[in-house]
Amino acid sequence: MTKVLTGSDIEDILSSKFMNQIEFIGDDYVQIINNDSLDVFNYLKIDQKYDLLSSVTSVDRISHFEVVYHLTSLQKNESMVVKIKCGEDRINPNLKSVVSVWRGAELQEREIYDLMGIMFEGHPNMKRLLLWENFEGHPLRKDFVS
Amino acid sequence: MGPIRDSFIFEFLYCHLSLEASCSSVRIINIAFIPESLSWISFSLTAFFWIFVFVNAALIGVLALIWGERRLIGKFQARLGPNRWGPLGLFTPVADAIKVMFKEDIEPTLSDKLIYVLAPILMVVPVFMIFPIIPYGTKTFLTNISVGVVFVLAITSINSLSVLMAGWASGNRFAIIGGIRAVAMLLSYEIPMGISAAGVVIVAGSLSLSGVVNSQVIPNAIFQPLGFITFLIASTAELNRSPFDITEAESELVAGYMTDYSSMKFGLFYLGEFMATIASSAIIVTFYFSGWRGPSFIPSEIWFLTKWIGVIAIFIWFRATFPRLRIDQIMSLAWKGLFELSLINVLVLALMIAIWPDPTGIQLLIMTVINWIVFLVSVYIFGKILSPNLTGNKIKKRSVIYGLD
Amino acid sequence: MSTELVTMNIGPIHPSTHGVFRMRVTFDGETIIDAEPIIGYLHRGSEKLAEERTYTQVVTLTDRMDYTASMTNNQAYILSVEKLSGITPSERGVWLRMIAAELQRIAAHSVAIGFLINDLGAWHTPLLYLLREREKILELFEMMCGARITNSYLRPGGVFMDAPDEFWPSLNRFLDEMPNRLDDIENLLTDNEIILARTQNVAILDKNDAINASITGPMLRASGIDWDLRHRNPYDYYEKISFRRPLGTVGDNNDRYLIRLHEIRESLKIVEQCLDLIEPGPVQPEEVPFLVRPPIGESYVPIEAPKGELGFYLVSDGGISPFRCHVRAPSLINLTLLRDMVIGYKIADLFVTFGSIDVNMGEVDR
Repeated sequence: MTKVLTGSDIEDILSSKFMNQIEFIGDDYVQIINNDSLDVFNYLKIDQKYDLLSSVTSVDRISHFEVVYHLTSLQKNESMVVKIKCGEDRINPNLKSVVSVWRGAELQEREIYDLMGIMFEGHPNMKRLLLWENFEGHPLRKDFVS
Repeated sequence: MGPIRDSFIFEFLYCHLSLEASCSSVRIINIAFIPESLSWISFSLTAFFWIFVFVNAALIGVLALIWGERRLIGKFQARLGPNRWGPLGLFTPVADAIKVMFKEDIEPTLSDKLIYVLAPILMVVPVFMIFPIIPYGTKTFLTNISVGVVFVLAITSINSLSVLMAGWASGNRFAIIGGIRAVAMLLSYEIPMGISAAGVVIVAGSLSLSGVVNSQVIPNAIFQPLGFITFLIASTAELNRSPFDITEAESELVAGYMTDYSSMKFGLFYLGEFMATIASSAIIVTFYFSGWRGPSFIPSEIWFLTKWIGVIAIFIWFRATFPRLRIDQIMSLAWKGLFELSLINVLVLALMIAIWPDPTGIQLLIMTVINWIVFLVSVYIFGKILSPNLTGNKIKKRSVIYGLD
Repeated sequence: MSTELVTMNIGPIHPSTHGVFRMRVTFDGETIIDAEPIIGYLHRGSEKLAEERTYTQVVTLTDRMDYTASMTNNQAYILSVEKLSGITPSERGVWLRMIAAELQRIAAHSVAIGFLINDLGAWHTPLLYLLREREKILELFEMMCGARITNSYLRPGGVFMDAPDEFWPSLNRFLDEMPNRLDDIENLLTDNEIILARTQNVAILDKNDAINASITGPMLRASGIDWDLRHRNPYDYYEKISFRRPLGTVGDNNDRYLIRLHEIRESLKIVEQCLDLIEPGPVQPEEVPFLVRPPIGESYVPIEAPKGELGFYLVSDGGISPFRCHVRAPSLINLTLLRDMVIGYKIADLFVTFGSIDVNMGEVDR
């Protein structure tokens, strides 16, 4: 059975090196701050063996945007959820791309950009994935009116 | 009148038209009315009649083949095949032909108009020229030209030009890739095909197709299996049929060189392709299955027809079962496999014919045995050598492992 | 010898792009030097639509994602809803949906193998044999729930109706016949020299690259990683079931074909075990309300769908419809490495590799 780490478990893992990166500890996730998030992810991938990025997705929380990373460790058979908050003012939300850490984020980040309008810095090919190039707006945002 | 009068069926009709003196022995009913001085009229009438018969027979043969192929592949694929129009779906290809004629004829803007129109014509016309020279029975042939084998090889190689023209003139990238592939493949397979045919000629001691048939006491398919296999594979490639259908390659190039063709131009390609299948099968029957020969209680024409349908069925069977080879594998097979195999075949046959120029009885049997030994040994060795050359890596049967608990 | 490069659009309308997939491919002669997948031609906005439907209504949307594997889509979604709202499913309902999911896996893998061989140019013969077997499964589904492809069979708490009495003998007959049919298929295909020559050592996918690119499912197992969520994270009642996980040794197209063929055999065994363990009872607990109203929270339950790890990330705001519904679509993510896998190979290998990845455009575009 894959062990789903609780918020405090994740805190234990991160606290040794990235205590000040942790913004909020939820029941089953940890929210880290946007800056230097790649260091945290590199640490999780290389040192903690969270080698499979199951899913990257985003939620429009109306007050802000949230990007959710589901990480899985194949060796330890554990999974965890890490979140990053961005775009407090709903203008130009942007984030560091994790493509350099996990290649699997490539298409998923493009999809998030396309549908939610969150820009990922350092993505090799940041353009719309599902919709066409001249499409206006980002449909999964709660304020999108078709 | 010359050699054309050798043909029994030509002579028969001619003599029933012309009052020529030499004809009286052939005539069964005395209905001839054209005087000897106007023999050119009776000659032309006879020629027109036979051209009419051959062209239409070829066209009807194509319809029959389309129907037969679809029915047979239906059987292979555990389904019925066409069965709605007419008894057993016999009219389906007729309906198809009518449909194709009434389709809109589209000419792509980027196409090279003249070549675009010429290509399908060039595909069909040469194939018609093969049918008259094939001996269908002891007396049933239209003409027996003395260089029949060379003529056949020459005519069958024209279609590579047509395919290239079609691919080039369409101005479509799928088509041009199909055209380039076609030239590379068809030219490569001409060579093993020609060399295999040389084996047939060496045994027959004659270039005429009648001579080839007459020489086969033992059918060449049994007498020289190596030549037969190389010729069969090479002619499958020449016909662009599976597993060598890379020029059309439905799953890769949509329809290859004929992607941009529609209506009757497409219909002509389709026609040419099926007619080539029929013609090639007839050639294979003549070269390797002793043509019309067979026990005489059945008319020779029926023997020929039976073998003919059998060879066509082999082609259909190939199509229903084989996946397609890749272009580099096809080229390797031609140059590293079939080319050498056909050379070995010719070499062995030439040596044996040099020793026994006129083999009979026991000598033929010994030659057959030697040919089979050469066939099995060389195919085995080439299989071993060729297998890694086809893929760059040795292919071997593989199985899965299972995860440990 | 270098030639002028040719850039070609392959798709969205093409016989072997399995739907409306498009690739912009650059060739040097016959050799691929660049390939860019372009998708979105079947985008229907399922995730947005889900936000305006009740939790039960969303089931019908999941059917239409991977339309060759509706049952597993339903399963992934229902498991997520159950976790979100704390519904305990009824036992018979779970067994029924496991049977349905494994049958669906057989059907989906049959389609995958059939079209893969079709991409090799086999002129439909193996495809039609495999579709014939799939047809039997679709008939079983028709008995179970009245629908063949877009089933919508599962509900929070189980399934919406029990399978009728005549379903069980039909299922048994299918389970008896299918191994023989698989032997036929294997005789025809597995040792076929042309298939071996075309698929072996083509588009080899390295283990570490595969994990790094989040590739899951049969593709990951073909690269030799023993990662099957039914085994590593047994959802439903998979922990009561024993089955083997076939793994590849090289990670090429041939391995991806073999893995799927062997997984069909394992799925048959799973269905047989389910038949032994299933017991009469209600198929859905009484207390499940018509309008599921989960508490505020979120859930993500990954399952092993035929194409890979499929999970629905659901966020609830306490209302009757999901606040956010994200699909972790294995087909989309497995496409990440397509470009790396095909570069340097021939045009013909492009389609075989694409077929061996086994994507479904309904799921890629959603």
